[in-house]
Amino acid sequence: MSAPDRRELLRGLAGAATIALAPGVTLHVFEAQARAPDQKVSAKTRWGMLIDVGKCGDGCTACVEACKTENGWGGGTRSRTDAQWIRALTVRDPKTKAAVTLPMMCQHCANPPCVDVCPTGASFRRADGIVLVDKHICIGCRYCVMACPYGARSFVHEAVTDPKPHAPRGKGTVESCTLCVHRIDAGHEPACAEACADRAGGAMLFGDLNDPDSEIAKRVVRYRTVKVRADLGCDPGVAYRNL
Amino acid sequence: MARLVFRRIEQPGREYWAGLGVLAVLAMVGLWAAHVMELEGHVVTGMTNRVVWGLPHVFAVFLIVAASGALNAASIASVFGQADYKPYARLSGLIAIALLAGGLAVLVLDLGRPDRLIVAMTRYNFASIFAWNIFLYVGFVAIVAAYLVAMMDRELGRSDRWSKPIGWLAFLWRLVLTTGTGSIFGWLVAREAYDAAVLAPLFIASSLALGTAASIPILAACGRALGEPLLADDMLSRWQRLLAIFVAATLYFTALHHLTNLYASAHHGIERFLLLEGGGITQLFWIGQVGIGGVLPLALLLLSAPTMARLNLAAIMVLVGGLAQFYVVIIGGQVYPQTLFPGMEITSSFHDGEIAPYRASFYELALGLGGAAFALLLIGIGAALLPFLPRHPAR
Ligand code: SF4
Ligand code: SF4
Repeated sequence: MSAPDRRELLRGLAGAATIALAPGVTLHVFEAQARAPDQKVSAKTRWGMLIDVGKCGDGCTACVEACKTENGWGGGTRSRTDAQWIRALTVRDPKTKAAVTLPMMCQHCANPPCVDVCPTGASFRRADGIVLVDKHICIGCRYCVMACPYGARSFVHEAVTDPKPHAPRGKGTVESCTLCVHRIDAGHEPACAEACADRAGGAMLFGDLNDPDSEIAKRVVRYRTVKVRADLGCDPGVAYRNL
Repeated sequence: MARLVFRRIEQPGREYWAGLGVLAVLAMVGLWAAHVMELEGHVVTGMTNRVVWGLPHVFAVFLIVAASGALNAASIASVFGQADYKPYARLSGLIAIALLAGGLAVLVLDLGRPDRLIVAMTRYNFASIFAWNIFLYVGFVAIVAAYLVAMMDRELGRSDRWSKPIGWLAFLWRLVLTTGTGSIFGWLVAREAYDAAVLAPLFIASSLALGTAASIPILAACGRALGEPLLADDMLSRWQRLLAIFVAATLYFTALHHLTNLYASAHHGIERFLLLEGGGITQLFWIGQVGIGGVLPLALLLLSAPTMARLNLAAIMVLVGGLAQFYVVIIGGQVYPQTLFPGMEITSSFHDGEIAPYRASFYELALGLGGAAFALLLIGIGAALLPFLPRHPAR
C-alpha cells in the first residue's frame, strides 16, 4: 500500500470510530480538524512558492537571515539542538561535483505526514494550504519530526527568550516554517521571499497556486519544475526550478 | 485435576525488602531525571533535531512490546487450553499490566510537555496511529484487569465461564497492540529504515520472546521470595522450549526484514549502514541483537539440559538483546540521514546528509531504567498483596 492509500484507510477507520463514540468525543474530533483561526482563510486558495535555484547565489543566506529576524529564532550556538525554520541546503552530484544551494523549509504539503501522525491535532493544515503547529495543543511527542520527509521541523530543546508576539515559541513543543502566516493574513508575502527580492537574486516567488492568473501559477505551468521527493506523495506546495 | 491454590508472598524476607528498596530508589531517580528534563528542556539529553527519539523511547517500546508478550502463559492456558500453564496465568496478567505501565510512564515523562497529558487524553486525531495506540494501551490494561478479576474473584473464578472469553479477547487485543506499536514505525515513509511490511510480524515475534524472557527472572525471584521454586521439572523444560521457539522466530523475522530490504534497492543505503558501516549501531546489531539476544541463548536453550539458572541466564540474554534490537531500530533508523535528493550528496547548517551523532545522557538512562524499575516494583508489591502466585506448580 502506498502512503496516501494508507492514510485514506486510516481516515476511513477514523470515520468508523467517530460514529462509534459518544457525541461529546466526536465534537472534539471536529474541533481539532476544523480549527479556522481566521475568517479570511479560504480553501479556494493554495499558498505556495516557486524557487528558481538558478538565481540562488553561492553562500547566500538572505532568506535564512530574514526568517530569523522575522520569527525570532536562531540566537543559539548549539547547531544540533537549536531550531532552524529554513536552511540553505547544498546539493552536490557525487560524480561531477557540480553543486547548487537552495532554501529548504516546510514544504506545506497538501498531504502532510506531520499532520497525519500528530496524535492531538496540534499539527494542522489550514484551508489555504499553510501547515502549522498549534503551540497550545502540542505535547512535544516529536512524532511529526519523525514523519516529515524534509527535515523541516525542529523541537525546542530549551527555554526560549523573548519570542515575537506573532510567532509564539515554547520549550518542549515543535515548530517549523509558518510561511509567515501572520504576514500573509495581513496581505504581505513571507519575509524570506521579500528579502530575496530586495537584497538578493529574487529567486523566491510566493503566491496562490490555485489562482490561474497569479504569476506563480503561470510560471509553474510554463517551466519545468520539480518537487522534492515527489515520489512520497506528500504534494509539496513548494516547487523548485533549474535544479 | 486438583484445584489450583494461589498464594501471595506472605512473609517477605530481608531480600524481598532490599529488592523493593533498590527498585524504589531507581524509580525515584528516574522521576527526578524526568523532572530535570522538563525543567531544563531536552537539551540535557543526547537528543537532537536529527535524533528526536532517544534512549527513553528504546526502553518504552521495549517495555510495551514485552508487556503484550508477558501474557503468554495466560493465553496458553485460556486460549489454547493448556492447563499446565494455568498456575502462571495470574502472574502473567500482573506482569503484563506492570510492564505496560512502566513503558507508558517513560513515554509520557519523555514528552516535551508532560504537563499536557490531559490534552493527549482528550483530543484525538483519528488519522494518527499514535492516537490509536493510546486506546490500545488503555484498553489492554482494562481487559487484562478484567481478566485478572475473572480469574481471581471468589465467585467468578470458580469456572472458566468468564476467564475464557476475556482471555480470548486479551489474546486478540495484544496482537493488535503489538501490531499498533510496530506501526508507529511502519508509518514513517520519511525514514528508510522503517518502510517495511515485515516490521509488524517482527514486532509480534519479539513481543512473544521478550514477554516470555521477562517472565522467567520474575518467576525465579518470586520463587525465591516464597522459598520454593515456581518452575521445576517438566514445566522448566516447557518454558525453555517456549522461549527457544520465540527466539528462533524473532531471528527468522529479523533475517527476513533485512533480506527483503536488501532486495529493494532503495534500501541498500540504510542496510549497508546498519549491517556493515554503522560503527556502534552495527556492533549492537551483530553482537547485541543477533549474538547475545539470539544465537547464544538459542544455543544455550537447545543444547543444554534445563536448569533454572541456565534458563534464567538465557532469558536475561534475550532481554539484553531486545534492548539492543530496539536501539538499532529506533536510534539507528534516525542517525542515518534522510534522503532528500536520491543519488546526491547534501550538506547544510542543519547537518543534512550526515550520520547524526547520538549519545544518551545520564538522564535518559535514568528515566528508562526508572520505568523498568517501576514496573518491577508494581509486580513485587502486587505479589505481596494479592494471591498471584501458584502454591504447588512444580509437579
Ligand atoms: S514539509 Fe514536513 S512539516 Fe512541512 S507540511 Fe510537509 S511533512 Fe509537514
Ligand atoms: S510534537 Fe506536537 S505537533 Fe508534533 S506530532 Fe507531537 S503533538 Fe503533534
